[in-house]
Amino acid sequence: MPAHTMQFKIYRYDPDKDSAPYMQDISVEIDTAIDRKLLDVLTKIKAKDDSLSYRRSCREGICGSDAMNINGKNGLACLTEISELKEPVVLRPLPGLPVIRDLIVDMTQFFKQYHSIKPYLINDTPPPERERLQSPEDREELNGLYECILCACCSTSCPSFWWNPDKFVGPAGLLNAYRFIADTRDEATNARLDDLEDPYRLFRCHTIMNCVEVCPKGLNPTKAIGKIKEMMLRRAI
Amino acid sequence: MSALTIPIRKFDAVIVGAGGAGLRAAIQLSEAGLKTAVLSKVFPTRSHTVAAQGGVSASLGNSEEDHWHWHMYDTVKGSDWLGDQDAIEYMCRKAPEAVVELEHFGMPFDRTDEGKIYQRPFGGHMSNFGEKPVRRACAAADRTGHAMLHALYQRNVRANTQFFVEWMALDLIRNAQGQILGVIALEMETGQVVAFHAKATIIATGGAGRIYHSSTNAFINTGDGLGMAARAGIALEDMEFWQFHPTGVAGAGVLITEGVRGEGGILRNSDNERFMERYAPNAKDLASRDVVSRAMVTEINEGRGCGPHKDFVLLDITHLDPATIMKRLPGIRDISIQFAGIDPIKAPIPVVPTCHYMMGGIPTNYHGQVVNADGSVVAGFYAAGEAACASVHGANRLGTNSLLDLLVFGKASGDSVVDAVKKNGAAHQDLPADFAERTLSRLDRLNTQKGGASVDETRLAMQRTMQKHCGVFRFKDMLVEGVAKICEIEQAVHATEIGDKSQTWNTARVEALELDNLIEVAKSTMVSAEARRESRGAHVRDDAPDTPAHPNGRDDEAWLKHSLWHREGSTLSYKPVVLTPLSVETIALKTRAY
Repeated sequence: MPAHTMQFKIYRYDPDKDSAPYMQDISVEIDTAIDRKLLDVLTKIKAKDDSLSYRRSCREGICGSDAMNINGKNGLACLTEISELKEPVVLRPLPGLPVIRDLIVDMTQFFKQYHSIKPYLINDTPPPERERLQSPEDREELNGLYECILCACCSTSCPSFWWNPDKFVGPAGLLNAYRFIADTRDEATNARLDDLEDPYRLFRCHTIMNCVEVCPKGLNPTKAIGKIKEMMLRRAI
Repeated sequence: MSALTIPIRKFDAVIVGAGGAGLRAAIQLSEAGLKTAVLSKVFPTRSHTVAAQGGVSASLGNSEEDHWHWHMYDTVKGSDWLGDQDAIEYMCRKAPEAVVELEHFGMPFDRTDEGKIYQRPFGGHMSNFGEKPVRRACAAADRTGHAMLHALYQRNVRANTQFFVEWMALDLIRNAQGQILGVIALEMETGQVVAFHAKATIIATGGAGRIYHSSTNAFINTGDGLGMAARAGIALEDMEFWQFHPTGVAGAGVLITEGVRGEGGILRNSDNERFMERYAPNAKDLASRDVVSRAMVTEINEGRGCGPHKDFVLLDITHLDPATIMKRLPGIRDISIQFAGIDPIKAPIPVVPTCHYMMGGIPTNYHGQVVNADGSVVAGFYAAGEAACASVHGANRLGTNSLLDLLVFGKASGDSVVDAVKKNGAAHQDLPADFAERTLSRLDRLNTQKGGASVDETRLAMQRTMQKHCGVFRFKDMLVEGVAKICEIEQAVHATEIGDKSQTWNTARVEALELDNLIEVAKSTMVSAEARRESRGAHVRDDAPDTPAHPNGRDDEAWLKHSLWHREGSTLSYKPVVLTPLSVETIALKTRAY
């Protein structure tokens, strides 16, 4: 069995017993046949020390639970290839949000911003008996938007979000705002644009593009934000 | 902590689980103005409905002629006649409405050129009572579950549903008259235990695929609702029937949708042969899942598997237009690259049958009401989705009927609760004095257990036992031995020890409590499987072979009945299958062939 040892430094903090957070050094025997993803290794560490706390669920990159800061970059543990990581592998909770314990952060602020953009279809016209029609081309506009898994990798890598998490919607929220603006079935485009026409909610984005670099689904919030700005401009003329 | 110090919160209704079924039910309750609490171990959009890929079935007929009656026929046949025909008719008739409603909620379905919902072929979906494949699976690329779960969550945001996120329900509260009065739950962040006192309780906790070692299911799929129900004295129905999905990524277990075969994918053995032509000359690669999984295992067992250990077969889409793959199956391409290291545009994907879906569950009628062994309704108790057994899937579920099930019965259970709460008025039934006793003793034990078994090792022992003794093919002797082994492991489960005693986000405690639920599911599965001495759907035994007297090993005289496993004493009873639909004629028993 191909095996080797890997070094990890993991952020640990249990408010019930630790006065301050610390970095724990752990070396792990890696069996390359089965320990392929970072989540596999975390599972292995946890089997020995059940106090290591992190969120995880689907283990295939679709639920968005196991976002963390991996060697300085946000990503999903379940999609991170172990063989591509430099040692020691440094694992920290997502930056910019309060830490509850170990790798678990309080995501309240993140979801508050998501909820603030009214993330649901608004269409007060009584629906037809059957589906509302939408051309394949119009549906195509939603690609690259609807696939967001709300993992928060993007928003918690964004300096503007770190500074103003209460006022700036952040890349995830704005990507989702544009998902509804771009939907031909949604009737609230103007109200949505009004809501974002604000020095903080939208315009704190300074196109740093960290969001694009870290998105585990390959989405492009910066592009969506650009499109919102463009629509505002066009509307103003 | 004692029962006296547990905070009690009152609601009209509590829903346990915020996947598709829980969220669909919640919409009914919130929009009707009921004071509702929805409890979920994870943020709602992280529930495992999110991982469904291929589609949701409805006879919309957007690409070719289709009819709910044909859908019903396929579902009954798929179930190997173990499904209840009243519930199946109900589901298939409601399907178009359920799917259109989702579209109105904003779900981003793919579209046909006319702008209608896109539909693709799927396993076992046929037109004109089994004649030829029909396009019935309504899809959003290969991310249908993700698109659906987010749309349902979004509709709940609009309806102001009150969520308790990262709360784990631990036990049902049941009084001496057998009524269900809510649940006791644990807030994961703080370790606080709270009673949710409700007039109605809906279990929508999804599946329990984590009883097996190799599963497409998420870590959270631990059968919590079933464990809670079993401990409260509710029997579990048809637990021997587990679906092994033909195409899990070999070694990783991650799902590859049947939609891949719907779009033209082909299964091949080491001779590069399209072997399904031999097993299902008509439907071929789109036969029912149990049929395809058995064919694959047979190919592997007979030495025609692929790879250095000849232990998988290949799913080939290299003949498809890359543009089709990019458009219709983009998620599958990502998964193949991520988990198999293979780009399916260039090379076939290594796949093996992998535990995927629990056909059994908490027994309900088609209104989502939980029923006792005698058919009477359990007051205040409802279930929907994979946790429930209505039974629409019988001995084998058709692909895409799971998403349909959770929509139709999520809504039906919600409507039943709204009716019941409105009819029965304002008063809550009193909580019994000992309502928290069981839960508190479970928590106390975990806090004080010394010298016990590790949760991780005990769970692994259970998973390996299930995999080995109760898999795609089942053997009489192995099942007998399996029952003994699972009973032994059960003792260890009741004496697990955790190192972490923190009150803050204690995932070790959560996993130990989940294992309490998993073991109930595993035991009910093994015991029910050992007892059912026939082959039907996903349950196929060596001592019930294909004979002229019993084609496919199915024995309708002795076994056309639902199993009910009772936790107390681990006993079984049986109840008849409902063969009479609501408005059409019975779909008569027939030997199943594809």
